[in-house]
Amino acid sequence: MTPGPRRSRAGVGLLVLAALTVLTLDARRGEGSSPLDLVRSAVASVLGPAQDGATMALRPLTDIPQHFEDLGELRDRNEVLEAKNDQLIQQLRVSGLNQQRAEDLVGVRRLAGAKDFDLVRAEVVGLGAAQSFSQTVTIDAGTRDGVRPDLTVVNADGLVGRVVEATAETSTVLLIIDSGSTVGGRLGESMELGFVAGDGDVSDSARLELSLVDHTVSPREGDVVVTWGSRGGAPYVAGVPIGQVESVHSSPSELTQTADIRPYVDFSALDVVAVVTDSADMTTRDTAGGPR
Amino acid sequence: MSRALRAGVVAVLIVVTVTLQVSIFSHFSLSGVVPDLAMLVVIAAALVRGPDYAAGVGFAAGMVLDLAPPADHVAGRWALSLVVVGYLIGLARGDAESTALGTVFMVAAGAFIGTSVFALTGLVLSDPGVSVASALQVVPRAMLYDVMVTPLVIPLVVMLFRRLEPADRW
Repeated sequence: MTPGPRRSRAGVGLLVLAALTVLTLDARRGEGSSPLDLVRSAVASVLGPAQDGATMALRPLTDIPQHFEDLGELRDRNEVLEAKNDQLIQQLRVSGLNQQRAEDLVGVRRLAGAKDFDLVRAEVVGLGAAQSFSQTVTIDAGTRDGVRPDLTVVNADGLVGRVVEATAETSTVLLIIDSGSTVGGRLGESMELGFVAGDGDVSDSARLELSLVDHTVSPREGDVVVTWGSRGGAPYVAGVPIGQVESVHSSPSELTQTADIRPYVDFSALDVVAVVTDSADMTTRDTAGGPR
Repeated sequence: MSRALRAGVVAVLIVVTVTLQVSIFSHFSLSGVVPDLAMLVVIAAALVRGPDYAAGVGFAAGMVLDLAPPADHVAGRWALSLVVVGYLIGLARGDAESTALGTVFMVAAGAFIGTSVFALTGLVLSDPGVSVASALQVVPRAMLYDVMVTPLVIPLVVMLFRRLEPADRW
C-alpha cells in the first residue's frame, strides 16, 4: 500500500493545520493563560528531570571542552588574584585596619554567600538554542525547593535572570540578555535610574543596553550598574550587580542617553546559579532608603 | 514489529534527541547555536520513508521542542517548521540519498528551511527576539553546525528508520 501523492498532500495539510491551530491557541500566552499551559507543564515535569539526568550522566564528556577553556582562564585569573592578594596583604600591613574593606571586597565577589538572601542553589541542565531566538535555560530546582515564577536568579558574578516558569523539579529561567528582557537598573556612582535591555546575543561579546530616565546625566565608562529592585523583590531584588558601562552613546534625536553594559556573568558558560527565594531584608532596606 | 511498537520507538527517539539537544549539545554551542538533532531525525525519516511519514515525525518532534523546557516561545512554531522540512526533503529525495554529498545538501537545505520558517513565524507573531538581522546571523551558523554533525548522526538514524520500516513496503 503506497500512499499516493493526493493522500500525502492531505496528510501534510492536516499536520500544517494542526500546527497552526496550536500556534493560534498558544498565541495569547503573553496576555495571560493559554490552554497549552497544562500540556507545557506536564511535558516539563517529565522532560525537566530527563534533562537533569542527561546532564549529570554525561558531565564527564561535556566537561572536556570546558576543561581546556578553563585552564587558560584559570591561569589568567590566578595571576590577577595573586596580584590582588599581594595588594590586599600590603594594604593590611600598611594600615592594619583595612579588614573591613577586604571584607567588603569579598562580599561583592561572593554575592551568593550574602546573608540577606535566602538562596536555593541550582545547576543549569538545559539551554535554549539560538535557533529558537530566545535566551532561556532550564535549572534543576523547582517548586519543591521553593522556586516560583518571578524570582531573581544570580550566580557568583552577578545577575543571571528571572524564573518564568516552575514545575516541581525544574524551572525555566529567562536570561537578562534575552531581547524580551528589561531590568530596572541603577548606576552605582550616581544612583541614577534606568532600564537595562538584552540584545539576544549569548557570546562573550554580548552587551546589554542601558537607557537612563534622566537624560541630563551621562554614564561614565567603568560605572557599575546594579538592579534597582521593586517592592516584594519580584521580579528582581535590589542591589545585584548587573555589569559595567563600556561605552556611552547619545543621539540628538533621542531624549535618553544609552550605554553599552558588559554583563559580569558569562552567559555562554553558565553552570551553578542560585535562586533568591527570600529577600525580606534587602527589600525592606530598599523601600526604606531608595527612591521608589 | 507491530505498528504501535514502531511508533513507540520513534517517540522514544524524539524525546531522547530533544533532551540531548537541550542539555548535552548546549555545552558545545557556537555562540548559542547548537546542532538541530531533532531536525536531523526528521531529515533522516524523510530520506528513508518519504514526505508523508517525515511530516508526521516532524510534527511530533516539533511539538516536543515547543513544549519541553526551556522553550519559552509560542508553541507550534517548531512543529510547523519541521512538518515543512519533513515534507519538502521527502519530496526532494531521489538519487540524493545514496550519495554522501546529496545527504549533506539535504541537511543544509533542511536546516535553512526549518530555521527560516521558525524565524518567519517569529516575525509574524512579533516575537521580540527575532529580527531579520539576528535571523541572518543564526541561519547560516545553524546550517554549518548541522552539516558538521551530519556524518555522526544521519547514518545512525537512517539505519534505525530502515530497521523500523514495515516489511510489506517495497
